Amino acid sequence: MSALLLVIILVPLVGAAVCGALVRAGAGPKGDTTAKTVGFVVSLVELVLVAVVWAMFVPAAPTRFQGELSVAWIPAFGTRFALGIDGIALVMIALLAVLVPIVIAYTSFTRSSEASAATGRGGTGRFPDGRGAGGFVALMLSLQGILVALFAATDVFLFYVLFEVMLVPMYFIIGRFGGARRQYAAVKFFLYSFLGGLLMLGSIIGIYVASGTRLGQASFDWTTLQHLAAQLPLSTQIPLFLGFFAAFAIKAPLVPLHTWLPDAGAEAPIGGGVILVGVLDKVGVFGFLRYCLPLFPLASQSLAPLALVLSVIGVIYGALLAAMQTDMKRFVSYTSIAHFGFIGLGIFAFSQQALAGSSLYMVNHGISTAMLFLVVGMLAARGGSSRIADYGGVGRIAPVLSGLFLVAGLTTLSLPGTNSFVSEFLVLLGAWPREPVYTVIATVGMIFAALYVLWVFQRTMTRPLRGEAVLGGGPGAASAAALGGVSDGGLRDMLEDDASARARARFGDLTGREIGVLAPLVLLIFLLGFFPQPVLDIVNPAVSATMSEVGVADPVGPNGVAR
Amino acid sequence: MTATMLPAQGGSLSASLGVDYGALAPLFIILGAACVSVLIEAFVPLARRASWQLVLSLAAIAVSLVLVIVRAVSETPATIVLAGSLSVDTPSLFLWGTLLALAIPSVLMIADRSVEAGGAFVADPEALAEAQERARVRAPVTVGGGSGGSGGTGGSAGDGAGRSPRGGQAPPPEMHTEVFPFVLFALGGMLAFCAANDLLTMFVALEVLSLPLYLLCGLARRRRVLSQEAAVKYFLLGAFASAFFLYGVALLYGYAGSVRLSDIAAAAAGGLRSDTLLFGGLALLVVGLMFKASVGPFHTWTPDVYQGAPTPVTAFMAACTKVAAFGAILRVFFVAFGPTATEWRGVLWAVAIASMVIGVVLGLTQTDLKRMVAYSSVAHAGFLLIGCLAITPAGLSSTLFYLLAYGFTTIAILGLITLVRTGDGEATHLSAYAGLATRSPVVAASLSFCLLALAGVPLTSGFTAKFAVFSAGLADGEAPLVIVALVCSAIAAFFYLRVIVMMYFSEPAADGPSVSLPGPLTTVSITLGLVVTLLLGIVPTAALDWAAAARFLG
Repeated sequence: MSALLLVIILVPLVGAAVCGALVRAGAGPKGDTTAKTVGFVVSLVELVLVAVVWAMFVPAAPTRFQGELSVAWIPAFGTRFALGIDGIALVMIALLAVLVPIVIAYTSFTRSSEASAATGRGGTGRFPDGRGAGGFVALMLSLQGILVALFAATDVFLFYVLFEVMLVPMYFIIGRFGGARRQYAAVKFFLYSFLGGLLMLGSIIGIYVASGTRLGQASFDWTTLQHLAAQLPLSTQIPLFLGFFAAFAIKAPLVPLHTWLPDAGAEAPIGGGVILVGVLDKVGVFGFLRYCLPLFPLASQSLAPLALVLSVIGVIYGALLAAMQTDMKRFVSYTSIAHFGFIGLGIFAFSQQALAGSSLYMVNHGISTAMLFLVVGMLAARGGSSRIADYGGVGRIAPVLSGLFLVAGLTTLSLPGTNSFVSEFLVLLGAWPREPVYTVIATVGMIFAALYVLWVFQRTMTRPLRGEAVLGGGPGAASAAALGGVSDGGLRDMLEDDASARARARFGDLTGREIGVLAPLVLLIFLLGFFPQPVLDIVNPAVSATMSEVGVADPVGPNGVAR
Repeated sequence: MTATMLPAQGGSLSASLGVDYGALAPLFIILGAACVSVLIEAFVPLARRASWQLVLSLAAIAVSLVLVIVRAVSETPATIVLAGSLSVDTPSLFLWGTLLALAIPSVLMIADRSVEAGGAFVADPEALAEAQERARVRAPVTVGGGSGGSGGTGGSAGDGAGRSPRGGQAPPPEMHTEVFPFVLFALGGMLAFCAANDLLTMFVALEVLSLPLYLLCGLARRRRVLSQEAAVKYFLLGAFASAFFLYGVALLYGYAGSVRLSDIAAAAAGGLRSDTLLFGGLALLVVGLMFKASVGPFHTWTPDVYQGAPTPVTAFMAACTKVAAFGAILRVFFVAFGPTATEWRGVLWAVAIASMVIGVVLGLTQTDLKRMVAYSSVAHAGFLLIGCLAITPAGLSSTLFYLLAYGFTTIAILGLITLVRTGDGEATHLSAYAGLATRSPVVAASLSFCLLALAGVPLTSGFTAKFAVFSAGLADGEAPLVIVALVCSAIAAFFYLRVIVMMYFSEPAADGPSVSLPGPLTTVSITLGLVVTLLLGIVPTAALDWAAAARFLG
C-alpha cells in the first residue's frame, strides 16, 4: 500500500506536468483542449486509485498509520520523506479525489468558463480573456498532488514544506484565472497563509530543538515528537502550540484571522473556490487534529477556551455576515466561516463524538460548499454577475438550476436527511456534556443558517422576475420595469409572460453536462445524509487515537449518555 | 600582497616555517592570474584581449576551485601559514569554494557581450577611437547610421549602438577589458579576507578587495552619471569604514599586544585588565565589517551602488562580497571574541534586528528592481547575522550554507534582470515587468522561482538556508531574534510577490521592454544559479555536510 500511496501523489503531479507541457506546446485552443481532456482522464485515474486505497485501508488496524513509507531526505536535519495515512487523512484524500474531477469537468466541459467581457459586476466565474482552461487544469492537478502528500505526510518538516508549497499553485489559480480584483485577493491569500506558515515554522524549529535536547537526537518524526509531548512542560508547550495554532487558525479560518477568505473565495474562479474552501482550508482543521492536539496536549487543554470562544464567535459572526452579503460568492465564503466555527467547537470540546463529528464535517462541508459554489457559478455564468440583487425569480425560467440551488442551500443549513446534519448533530451532541454554554450559542447559529440560506434563495429564485442579470437590458427590461405600475391583471400577466419568455431564451436552464457535474455531489449529499457509517468507521479509530493522545477522558459514555 | 607582508611580520620565522604552497595554491593562482591579466592588457592586441582575458580568468578560477575541492575532500589537516597570517582550515576551504564557485557565473556575466552589445562596461578608449574612425569612413555611405551618435564623449558611447543591435551597423566599440584583472584582484582579496588569521592581514585584504570594486562600480556603459555617483559614494563610505576598521585594530592591539585573533581571545580570557579597549576595538572593527557585509544601519551605500553599478558587477558584489565579509565576521566572532560572546552579543542582536527591519520596511517602498534586491540583501544580512551570533558549530555551518545558497540565487536574479531591456538599457523599474509572463514565460518563471527562493518558500535553497540558520539561532537561545526574523520574512514576501504579480497577473504594456535572448555566457550563469537554488532546496545534504564539518583553527 505504501507504493500505492506514492503513486497517488505522483499521478496528479505527472498529469500536471503533461498538461502544462501540452498547453505550452499546443499554443492555442487545440493544445488547450487536449490538456483539458488529459487532465480529466488523469483525475479519474486518481479517483480509481484512491478508491483502491480506500478498499485496502483496514479501519481496525492496531497502528495509527497505514501504508508507511520512510526515506531519508536531509540527514543533516534528520528529515525524512515519510508517508502514512490514518482515517482522517484518508477521507480528506478521498474528498479531494472526488472534487477534482468534478471541478475539472465543470471548468473544461461546461460553457461556464468561456471567456467573456468583464462586466464589473462581481466575479462571473469566467476566466480573463486569453487564459484557457488548460493552464487551470495543470495547476489544479499539481495542487492535488501536493495536498495528497500533505495529508499523507508523517514527518513534520515534510508537512511544513508542503503546507507552504501548496500556496503557490493556489496563488496562481486565483491570480491568473480569478475575477476583477484577483491580484489583490491572490496576494492577500498568499501573505496571510505565508505569515501563518512562518509562525508555524518557528514552532517547528522549537520542537525540533526541544527534541534534540530531550531525546539527544533531534527529530521531525511525528510519532517520536508525539511521544516527546509527554515530557514537555506546559510553559514550553504553549508558545509552540501558539505557532501551530496561528497557522491553522488562519488557514481554517477562525474569526479574527478570516478576512482573506471572502476576498479569495469571491475572486477565485469557481473551480478554484471549490478546492480552496472545500479542501485547502480543511488543512487548517486537519492540522488542529493531527498536530496541535497530539503534539501539545497540555497546551491544547489549557488554551481550549480561546479556541472555543473564537469558534463560537465564528459561528454567529459568519452567519450574520453571510446574511448581509450582496455577492453570492462572498456569501458562500461567509457560510464557510460559520461552519468552520462548528468544526472548531467539535475539536476543542474533546469528546469522541464531537471529534468524530468534526472529522465528518470536514468531508461534508467540502461536498456542500462544492455544490453551492458550483451552482452559484452556473448561475453567475448565465447572468454575468454574482450580485444577489441582479437576480430574481430565476426559478420560473430555470427550474432545474433553482432546484439544485435549493438542495445546495438545504445541505448548507444542515437539514436532516442531508449530509451536513449528521456531522453538525454529532458535534453539538458531543460538545454538550463538557461545553453546554458554547453548544447552546452554536445552536443559535443553526437557526441563523436557515435564515441566511433561505433568504438568499428567496431573493434570487422566487418570483417575480427581477434584476439586470435575469432581464438583461433593452425592451424586456423596460416592460418588466413597467410591471410595478400596472394594476390591470390581464395586462400584467401578458407583460410578465413576455418578459419570462425573453429571459428563458437568454438564460436557459442547466445543460445535461452541468447536471452531470452536479449529480455525483447530490448523490453524496443524500447518501452520506442517510448512511454516514462507512465514513465514520474509517474516521473513528484515528479519532480515538487522538483522544488518547490528548489524554482526556471521553465525557460521553459508550451508550451515548453523558457521564 | 600577503607575501609582501611576510618580512614585515614574520621576519626570521619565515625561514624556519617555509611556505605551504599546497595550502595557498588557490590564492596564489588567482593573484598570479590577476598579474598575468594585467600583462595581457598591456601586450595583447585589442581584438583578442577579451577572449584571452575570459579564458585566463575562468581557467584560473576553475583550477583554484578544483584545488580547493581536492583539499577539502582529502581532509588535509588545517594549517596556519605565512607566519600565522592566514589560516587554511575547513571554514576557509568552504568559503573559498563558495567564492570561486560564485565567481564563475559572475565572470561569465561580466564577459557577456550579447545581451548588451559590446558588453555592460564603458568602451575602451582605444576601441572607441577605432570605432569613431570606422564611423567617419563609413558616414558618407550609410547615411543616418545609428552608431554615428557614438562620437563625442566616452559617456554616451554605447547609446546609439544599443538601439540598433547588430544590424548592418558597425559593431559598438569593445568594452574595457581591464575589468578582468579588477575582478581577479578583488577575488584574491576576498579569498585572503575570509582566511585572514590576524587583523592586519584582514585589513590589507579588505583594501585589496575593495579598491577594484570601487572602480568596477563606475564603469557602466549606460547611465554613466548614476554609475559614477555610485562609485564615488561607495569609495568615500568604504574609505570611512576602512578607517573605522583600522582604528579598531589599533585599539585591539593596544589591548592584547598582538593582532592575531587567537591572541586576542587568549588575552580576553585570562586578563584582569579593563575591557574598555577590547570592546571599543570590537565595536569599531564591527562597523568596518558590517559595512562591507551591508548589514543594518551600515547599509546606506547598498541601494545606490547596487543600482548604479553595471548589473554583472552588482551580481559579483552581492554574491561574493557578502560571502567574504561574512566569512571574516564569522572568523572574528568565533576565533577572537568567542569566549566573551555573552558580553557583546546583546548589542549585535540590536544590529541584526535593525538590519532585518530596515531591509524589509524600506524594501517595501522600492519600485526599482535592483534597489529592491539591495534592500533584500540588507534583510538577508540580518538573517545571516543570526547564524553568526550563535557561537556554536551549528551557527557556523548554517551561516556558511546560507552564504552559498544566497549567492547563487542573487546571481541568477541579477542575471535575469540584465535580460529585460528597453532602448536605453536595462528596464529595472517594476512597471516594466508588467505582463512579462506572456511575452517571455521562461524568464518570468525563472525570476519567480528565484524570488520565491529569496522569500524562503520550501523546495528552494532559501528555505533550507533559513531553516538551518533559524534552528541554530533558536538552539542558542535567540528566540526573540528568530521570531523577528520570521515576521520579517513574511513582510519581505510581499515585495517579492509584487514582482510576480506584475509579471503574471498584469496585462503587458504596449511599449514595454523587450526580453533579449541571452548569449551562451549569461545563459550558463543564470542556469547555474537556478540549478543550485533548486538542488540546495531539494537535496542539500552534500553541501550541508561539508558545512557541518567546518571548524575554525585558532
